Amino acid sequence: MVGLATVFGAGGGTSSYAEIEDTDVIVLWGSNAREAHPIFFHHVLKGVHNGAKLFVVDPRRSASAQWADLWLGNNVGTDIALSHTIAREIIHAGLANTAFIERATTGFDEYRAAVEEWTLERGEAVTGVPADAIRELAHAYAKADRGQLCWTLGITEHHNGVDNVLSLINLALLCGHVGRHGAGLNPLRGQNNVQGGGDMGAIPNRLAGFQDILDPSVREKFGAAWGVTIQDRYGWHLTQMFEAMERGDLHAVYVIGENPAQSEADKEHAVHLLAGLDHLVVQDIFLTKTAELADVVLPGSASWCESEGTVTNSERRVQRCRKALDPPTGARDDIQIILDICRRLGHDWHYGTEPLEVAENVWNEVRSLSPMHAGMSYARLTELNGIQWPCPHEDRLEPSFLHGRLWADDPAERGRLAPFSPVVDEPPVEATTDEFPLRLTTGRRLDSYNTGVQSGGFDSPLRWGESIDVSPEDAATLGLADGEWVRVSSPRGSVNAPVRIDRVLRPGLVFMTFHFPEQVDTNVLTIDATDPKSGTAEFKAAAVRIDKLVDDRASQVAGAAAGN
Amino acid sequence: MNAVPVAAPTRLVDVTVDGTTVKVAEGTTVLQACRGAGCDDIPTLCYGDTLTPKNACRVCMVEVEGSRTLVPSCSRKVEAGMVVHTDTERVQHSRKMVLEFLGSSTDLSVAPHVADWNEQYAVDVDRYGPDRRTKAQPVKRDNELYVRDYEKCILCYKCVDACGEQWQNTFAIAVAGRGFDSHIAAEYDAELPDSACVYCGNCIAVCPTGALMFTSEHDMRADGSWDESRQTETDTICPYCGVGCQLTLHVQDNSIVKVTSPSDHSVTHGNLCIKGRFGFQHVQNH
Repeated sequence: MVGLATVFGAGGGTSSYAEIEDTDVIVLWGSNAREAHPIFFHHVLKGVHNGAKLFVVDPRRSASAQWADLWLGNNVGTDIALSHTIAREIIHAGLANTAFIERATTGFDEYRAAVEEWTLERGEAVTGVPADAIRELAHAYAKADRGQLCWTLGITEHHNGVDNVLSLINLALLCGHVGRHGAGLNPLRGQNNVQGGGDMGAIPNRLAGFQDILDPSVREKFGAAWGVTIQDRYGWHLTQMFEAMERGDLHAVYVIGENPAQSEADKEHAVHLLAGLDHLVVQDIFLTKTAELADVVLPGSASWCESEGTVTNSERRVQRCRKALDPPTGARDDIQIILDICRRLGHDWHYGTEPLEVAENVWNEVRSLSPMHAGMSYARLTELNGIQWPCPHEDRLEPSFLHGRLWADDPAERGRLAPFSPVVDEPPVEATTDEFPLRLTTGRRLDSYNTGVQSGGFDSPLRWGESIDVSPEDAATLGLADGEWVRVSSPRGSVNAPVRIDRVLRPGLVFMTFHFPEQVDTNVLTIDATDPKSGTAEFKAAAVRIDKLVDDRASQVAGAAAGN
Repeated sequence: MNAVPVAAPTRLVDVTVDGTTVKVAEGTTVLQACRGAGCDDIPTLCYGDTLTPKNACRVCMVEVEGSRTLVPSCSRKVEAGMVVHTDTERVQHSRKMVLEFLGSSTDLSVAPHVADWNEQYAVDVDRYGPDRRTKAQPVKRDNELYVRDYEKCILCYKCVDACGEQWQNTFAIAVAGRGFDSHIAAEYDAELPDSACVYCGNCIAVCPTGALMFTSEHDMRADGSWDESRQTETDTICPYCGVGCQLTLHVQDNSIVKVTSPSDHSVTHGNLCIKGRFGFQHVQNH
């Protein structure tokens, strides 16, 4: 979101799902959409059946990569190196879209200089991807009439995740693959309202409608509507909050619908900081591990089926959630809880009485302050099965893609040009060493989700619990058998987990999920190095060691105990 | 530059349905033209609005003047000047026979609309006698999420197409066997947990007869508690990943009993994954 906002001024994917079906080249980079975003992958497959070439960039030969015309299995954390190598090849082959670069971008010369050292040979040496494969992707993407670049947490969950995103945006600018139907940049959001949360201002630097809090006219507009003075400085994102707890600058925390005691990297440290707060309030639909640490727990209702509201998906589509179930006794709508707290704090806000009425009135307040949502009445959202932003007018819809302005003949209409970002390749913070020789990366499986508090409830025939997935080669070297329990250690801690031999992994690379923290607490191993621009942690790259256990049977008991 | 794609222009043609002439776009199917002309009662089973017509069940046949045989309305494209009859004696007789053949060998008791059609076309499956061959067999229960009751299967291929390249691209199931012994099976007739199935339930979504069914619905029907008159259907958005699939929650007595997605939604086209389709247990309050 930060990367796209930096370059284009809007923090959203530039295309729509339907456009993926109508394109020539699809690049999935750091995304196993087949498992993590299955219905998006339906659109990818429509595109493939319609003749698009599919390239997948992923250290693992994932379920998505198995559909690709070409899989580029790069070393973890070498995305900028790969992107720069692709860029240099495009430039040297004379395939850069010079008309678009001259018309719609700035900073090309610095970018060209930054990528010049990334020859195919150097790229191959650093990324582990054969030069021919890099060249094939570069030429296919550059020559395509329409190209789509899609990414997920494989790009963003690094200490330099924003730079990774910027390096991908560079490629789209280099080839003019943005601002046209079928050509665009698509970050696939990991959670159902990540996009909407940011759009609504639930980030420390923006107000609803992605409006910058440092802009005096924005502060004035919101201040006038709310009758308050809005601070003229950014707040803290999650990682900065943890840093502030460590410094002793943050004493009280109110957590709504988040489980940082299990989801944070280097979780032992996170739990220690949460436990040390003067006051912790948790509002959730479950008594999570974080809630167990809280002074006050406020039972909320499930926002997707026990209350009314909207969420925004990865193609910027705002859609209505509706109440289908009565919540359990004592659980209340998040909005009602917040309104009651506000009342106790001396702010008597009125949005009505019925849940639907309250939600619609809150939404109408958003529409009155956020121009990009102004045209989205509840009636229209209902009639049209959701509406993509921007939608400033009630009487029409905008194109399904963003930034068509960059192609305008009139410089005034073109607006702010898109800057190239000459970012620098940086390896993961934690290098593998003789002591910790294996690269651990993490991700999701098809039938599970995050820390498993939601997905753990249903009986999936596909689920086998946590495992440490290793390549057949590493399993042979280490003498490991399928199902054998082993000790996995990183510089931060150790967990016991069963081995699963998986051919999608290359030697030196091991994989775990974080879906089963009660069984195996993967985030004991992960590193909390974070991106200074987005606050996202480097879940994708830790250095680990696998040790055989002396007594396999006894270790299972130890493993279960360690999980408690 | 304005790069919005513009579809090729389509010609409008005149089609006469049961005496009413309507203008429809070239390439429209006879079924769509009939519905456009106000004829809403053509029965369909193997037809699905998100699937390529398979012409398997033959229950939607209509009479087209100049055509020697009846034509399947779900797949036949209109032509200029086409004159269609949807309710002639020949059409009625054909539908009666199709429904009798299907009903005499398979169990259509929970297939929507079939009871009405049986009455309308005077269907009498009993006239084939007690010794007729049927598809009767035990219900397959090899996982917790859904059951396969192949006594109800009419081999319409919709599940195969939804699992295959038209939507899910998992290719877990196909038709095995020949003739009357043809049946839907996973590879090597394996149990589902040993097959390629990923439990998206997109086969359940298109099944027209209830042969594929949520375990929750199947068990409630078995114990007599399934009551659609007491159910609500509420559209909401899946709580998992950021794709934003619209779910229709079927709720009875404050419990979710089934999840579907609208086939006309641009995100899902009626499809979901295992989490969206089955991952609601965490909000079941009893």
